[in-house]
Amino acid sequence: MTTLLLPLSEAAGEETSPLLPHTAEIIFGFVFLVLLAFAFAKYVVPRFEKAYADRTQAIEGGMNEAKQAQAEAKAALEKYNAQLAEARQEAAKIREDAREQGAQIIAEMRETAKVEADRIVTHARTQIDAERAQAVASLRSEVGHMATTLAGRIVGESLEDEARQRRTVERFLADLEASESARQAVGTDG
Amino acid sequence: MIAGVSTEFIPPGPQSFDLPPIFSGVEWFTKPVLVAALSVVVILWFFWGASRKAAIVPSKLQFAGELGYNFVRNSIARDMIGSPEHMKYVPYLCGLFFFILLNNVAATIPLIQFPTFSHIGWPYVAAVMSWVIYNAVGIRKHGVWGYFKHQTMPAGVPGWLMPLMIPIEFISNILVRPVSLSLRLFANMFAGHILLLVFVLGGEYMLLHSGSLALGGVGIITLLMALAIAGLELFVQVIQAYIFVVLTAQYIGSAIAEEH
Repeated sequence: MTTLLLPLSEAAGEETSPLLPHTAEIIFGFVFLVLLAFAFAKYVVPRFEKAYADRTQAIEGGMNEAKQAQAEAKAALEKYNAQLAEARQEAAKIREDAREQGAQIIAEMRETAKVEADRIVTHARTQIDAERAQAVASLRSEVGHMATTLAGRIVGESLEDEARQRRTVERFLADLEASESARQAVGTDG
Repeated sequence: MIAGVSTEFIPPGPQSFDLPPIFSGVEWFTKPVLVAALSVVVILWFFWGASRKAAIVPSKLQFAGELGYNFVRNSIARDMIGSPEHMKYVPYLCGLFFFILLNNVAATIPLIQFPTFSHIGWPYVAAVMSWVIYNAVGIRKHGVWGYFKHQTMPAGVPGWLMPLMIPIEFISNILVRPVSLSLRLFANMFAGHILLLVFVLGGEYMLLHSGSLALGGVGIITLLMALAIAGLELFVQVIQAYIFVVLTAQYIGSAIAEEH
């Protein structure tokens, strides 16, 4: 192979200019540089760039994860606080209700007790009246009988006439009642 | 090699760069071609291994690969071109940077010790590729006429200066850039290698072949100087790879920029 502009060997003995290139070196220089640029473009650069991208992504991914965890924690705290507030509100409501209900129960009990007491009082009074009337009735018949017997003994004679006898007792009792009611009236006035 | 046989010192010069082919008869297979091919293999092997299992938590190899890749991607491409657009040019800029870097540093690696880019063909190819790319993306973005305007009429320059500005800007932005780009890299590698040759061959000649004790002492000092210069050269080799790629990225960035 000959060179582009001059023979490579120094056999000619001429002074060769260092500024004149050899053809072979130009060709090899071109081939080598293109080969290197191609190898870098095709293999080295994409691989390194991918590693850089992965690295960036790994860092950013970690940061995103941390951010997400923080957001989750914040959401949980908010939820917890909301639940707490709700529970407090509910407790207050229950307490209020209980107080109202208690007051109502007390009022009802009081009402019931009063009614019962009235009923008992009424019942007792009725019973007393009845017993008193009975006592008065029995007393009246017994007193009449006793008085008649006593009077018969004192007088010494039988008060044979039934009718007369009855009239006498009636008169006596009426007098007694009249005097009693007169005394009652005085007591009331006094 | 030459000085060893002759008793007369032959100073290194441009002829020192005319290396014979590695296999006689296969003229195209020279040392620069071999070194460049090796560098391509090393770059591909390294980045293939580093990016093979590109994981979120990187291995040591992946970490080292990312370090190099990030340097070109962020410190060069993104800073010079701008954020979303720069990714399109990262593959070329990465390939370019590591190709130049390894071939430059190869000049310091024992047993290789030859800067590939001191043969002008390599810088020419790299510069022309960069030139084609930045002009092509500029034309695609602004259209032919728009791109021409964009590159030759800086905003804020008064109209009467335009007849002066347009030729100057055209020459500097379109014509000179590939030349300066390639010559800067070439000249640094070429001169650095010659400098090392002068010190090493000169020191060796003085030490072994001069037959003078005083010159032998100077030869030792010269060889020690050569070590320091090799260290300086390592620095220059890295810096030149960086400059070449930064300028390429900057040309692309200015070509697709909206306004100046």
